Formats: sequence, C-alpha cells, structure tokens
Amino acid sequence: MSLGVKSRRVLNRLLQAVPTIFGILVVCFLLTRALPGDPAAYFAGDMADEASIEQVRENLGLNQSMPMQFVGYVSDLAQGDLGVAISTGQTVTQELAKRLPASLELTLAALLLSLVIAIPLGVLAATRPNTWVDHLCRFLVTAGVSLPTFFTGLALLYVFYYLLGWAPPPIGRLDMMFLPPETVTGFYTIDSLIAGDWALFKASLAQMALPVITLALFTLAPIARMTRAAMLQTLASDYVRTARAAGLSGRRVLVTYAFRNALLPVVTTLGMVFSFVLGANVLVEKVFAWPGIGSFAVEALVVSDYAAVQGFVLSMALLFVSLNLLIDLAYTLIDPRVSEEE
Amino acid sequence: MTSSSVTPATAPARDGLWHHLRYIMAENPLTGISFAMFIGLIIMAIFGPYLVPFDPLATGAGPALKPPNLAHWFGTDHLGRDVFSRVVVATRLDLLISVSAVALSFVFGSIIGSLSGYFGGWTDQIAGRFMDTIMAFPLFVLAMGIVAAAGNSVENIVYATAIINLPFYARMARAEVSIRRNAGFVQAARLSGNSELRVLFGHIFPNTLPPMMVQISLNMGWAILNAAGLSFIGLGVQPPTPEWGIMVAEGANFIISGEWWLVVFPGMALMLAVFTFNLIGDGLRDLVDPQRRT
Repeated sequence: MSLGVKSRRVLNRLLQAVPTIFGILVVCFLLTRALPGDPAAYFAGDMADEASIEQVRENLGLNQSMPMQFVGYVSDLAQGDLGVAISTGQTVTQELAKRLPASLELTLAALLLSLVIAIPLGVLAATRPNTWVDHLCRFLVTAGVSLPTFFTGLALLYVFYYLLGWAPPPIGRLDMMFLPPETVTGFYTIDSLIAGDWALFKASLAQMALPVITLALFTLAPIARMTRAAMLQTLASDYVRTARAAGLSGRRVLVTYAFRNALLPVVTTLGMVFSFVLGANVLVEKVFAWPGIGSFAVEALVVSDYAAVQGFVLSMALLFVSLNLLIDLAYTLIDPRVSEEE
Repeated sequence: MTSSSVTPATAPARDGLWHHLRYIMAENPLTGISFAMFIGLIIMAIFGPYLVPFDPLATGAGPALKPPNLAHWFGTDHLGRDVFSRVVVATRLDLLISVSAVALSFVFGSIIGSLSGYFGGWTDQIAGRFMDTIMAFPLFVLAMGIVAAAGNSVENIVYATAIINLPFYARMARAEVSIRRNAGFVQAARLSGNSELRVLFGHIFPNTLPPMMVQISLNMGWAILNAAGLSFIGLGVQPPTPEWGIMVAEGANFIISGEWWLVVFPGMALMLAVFTFNLIGDGLRDLVDPQRRT
C-alpha cells in the first residue's frame, strides 16, 4: 500500500515537471527570436542581398507564424539539433556533450565537499550556540555569500600557486604531461581509478582541487545557514523535549529525532543552491580555464555565437530541472510523513 | 487626509523604534559599522570622481605594474593607470547598476505580487506560472542568456538583473498582501468606499514595506555580485570603463605572475559593498522581525 502511494507521488512529481520544461522551452525560443536585428540577415552574412536574406528566412522558417516557428524549434530540439557553433564549426549538441562531463565533475565534487563540511558545521553550531564553532559558522556563512566566486578563485590561485607553489597552474583538467584516461564516465578522477592509473588520478585531483574549493566555499554558506536554523528549530521542539524526558541518550535524540527532521528543510534549500552553483560554475571555469560548458558559453559570448549561448542556457536549465527533480524524488522517498498521510 | 490622521499615532511608535534601533546597535555593533560603511559607499559614489588623485582613464599616470606605494596607494595596472582612482570611481557605476536593477524588480515585483495576492484567481495563476518559469533557470545563466539575446550593453545588464530578481519580490509581496486581504482595517477601508486598487496600494501595500526593505537590502548585495559577475565574463561594461568586475577580469591575467594588487583591491571593494548590504539587511531584519533574529 505504502509503495503504491509513493509511486503515485513520484509519478505526480514527474508530471509536475512537464509545465516547467514547457516554460523553459518557450523562454529559450523567445531568446533565440529576440536576437538584435533581423536573424535572417544575421545568418545570411554580411555580403547577402535582399533575395538571399529572403531565402535564408524561408530556410529558417522565419516567415511562418510564431506558434509554427515554436513547433519547428521544439521538433529540432527533439532531434538534438541546437544549431552549429560558429567558433568550432561543430554542432552545438556535440560541443556541449563533449564538455558536459568536465562541468559535472566540478559541480558535483563541489556540492559533495560543501555538504560534507556544511552539514556537520551547521549541526555543531546549533548544538553549541555562542561557542567558537558557532562563530566560525557565522563567519563562513557571511563571508561565503559576500565573496564573489571569481575573486575567491583568483585569491586562492595567488596563494596556492604563486606564493606556495602547492597547486598546479590553472590550465584545465590535466597537466600537459598526462594523457586523459579512457572515457567511461567522462570524469577524469573516476576514469583514472577505473584504469588503475594512480599518478593520473592524483594529477587530475590536483587540477580539480582549487576550482572545487572555490565553488564549495560559495555553496557552503546557504547549506550551513539552513542546517543551523533547522537544527535550532527542531532542538527547541516538543518532540525533542519529550525524547529527552524519556531518557534517550543525547546522541540518539540528536541524530534520530532532531537531525532527521532538520534534514528536510535542508534538502529543500538545495534547489536554490543548485541555481547558485550552476551560475558560479561559469565564473570558476573562466578563472581556471576549465574546459566545461561554462567556458564554452563565455567564449561563444565573446564572438556573438548565439546558437551556442542559447544551447548552453537551455541545457543548463534542463540540468537544473533534473537536479531538482532528483532531489524532490529523494525527498518523497525519505520523508516518513509522505506515506503516513494517506 | 489619511496622512494627517496617521501622524500622531506613529509619533510614539517612532520613538520606540529609535530606542529599539539603539538597542540593536548596542547588541550587534556590526550593524552600526555597516551603516557607517554604507554612508562611506554613498560618499564614494557621489563625490568619488572629484576626490581621486588621478584620472581613472589616464594611462601612464605612473610607471606600469608597480605594487602599492605612497604615490599610488593601490599600485598601477599594465597601462600605468592608478588602481586606487579606478576602484573609487567604479563605485558609482557598480552601485548605479545594482540600485536601478533592484528598484526595477522592487516596483514591478510588488505590483505583480500585490495584484496576484489581492485578486487571486487567474491573475495569480498567470503571475505564478511566469515567476515559476523564471525560477526554473539557474538565475545567473538566465541573465547571461538575456544579455546575449538582447544585446551587450549596460542597460541590458540592469534589465537582466532586474528580471532574475523579480520572483523574490513578487512572491514576498503576494504572501504579505494575501494575509492582509481581509484584515479589519482593509474591510473598513473598503466600507468607506475606496476602490479596490486604492485599498490595495493605499492601505495594504504600505504594510508590506518593512519586510520588503529587508529583502531589498539583502538583494542589493546579490545584485552587485551578479552584475560584477556578468562584466567579469565580458558582458555589459566595456573596458576601459572602471568597474570592479571588469577590473578583476583584467587583473586575472596578471595573478599567476604575482601582480596581486590588480585583483585584490577591486575584489575587496566588491566584497565590502556586498558585505555592507548583507549586514544592513540582517540589521534591518532584527529591527523589523525580532523573531527571526539569529
């Protein structure tokens, strides 16, 4: 029975994503059609005369009504056609697919690192208010939201590369001396482990360290802040008082009663954190010359390569929606109240 | 007419507020410091160009790439421009971009949010869907897309920043208006023959302003970061205009050879500005909503 309720919820949540994706498609479509000037003249090139612009307009379907153009746009997308990137001559889909693992590796590693630090920090700060842990937490939270990611990245680079010489130069995912591992997951760290190449693993980890720390410092703040606030709230609740009065051990009260309940609002804030991290990713990739989709988009912006930028915006939005969807599904599955409600 | 009847009622309250303000300042000296820094920023923005020792655009104001010294407090950049003058003069542009963006999203966000909170129904449905669609994008990425599509200019940076912040104001206004929709004073205002829009914007909306002020202040920091991030990747502000984000971007090429002052001073200015607005926001929240004090 409970399983039936849960699967219905999961299905419901999946259906809820449909209008969101539709909205994203509409916005992306409008962005491609809001290009400065006449898109047909733009695609026809500088040398085009009236007739050839008209020809391009026909080819692109720009002479049709907006709804018809939208249908054409969506059916192109369904075939994975995002246009051709001017700078490289390859299709945008190919370019994005090639670079996506680099961005994902960075983002996921940073999220993992910030979760591993922020959640214990928030819990400790809530259980020991006004001690040094609490002050440290408050400092990191305030500094984390005030520091521009690109500035943190450059400052870390100066200290750990220029002054101390601990970090490798910011030249992307691997030092020139190494060849990338055979592609299995596209994540260099995991692939090098699969290949059993220890030196390669260490080299790719060294390249990742600074960008990951930069991103993690930025995402740490909202997670730690939320964990602390949620823990304070649950620790002050009646059920925690009851559990204490019943003589349960401090650890048990903290973990089973307070923490599990505090985790739910934390999971909810992760949605906002994803939005931040995907945006900050672009800046960090530029600072560290990381060959991900963010730096691809920045390069495309410089040469006004609109198809590439629009493809990037669309794929980031879809990535964001699917991350949120995953979190919500996990939420549905872990929240004990969901199955008890019906 | 309404204002004259309200003034005597708020006079004692304002006195209480002043006491409360002093109490909060005493309890959290950071709030006091942040107000002082805020005034400093405003002075820099207004009088900066008249106070700086060098022309921020003049190349060769000193020898190129010299570290901070007595003549050039923040050093000089690769064209021999004075970094201190550039950092100070940039304050105006950075604040102008973020203030206009926040003002735009405040005005439009409150109108949309108030209407949907007050009237509900299809107004609410459409506005809600619209805001959900904006929030479905990673916000910085959406701003990049908007600037790329609308054209690379400072105005479009302002519009893009305003659009991505719109949902925060609209949602807050909606929540604050909808809980007061049928409050006693609203029904009284309606009974005395005010039109719906007058009730909404003359009677309900002013009550949403205290939490909105907190939101504005916290949002300012985020708007500054966002605008600087966009110019860091080469959107909007074009060199040689002094602006903190673009100065950090120009200095980034020199950090691996050790010329740290090109990045650190504009970066610190950016950080201090964001920090100031965040602290003021926290302080205002303590003032407005003592329950959420951290």
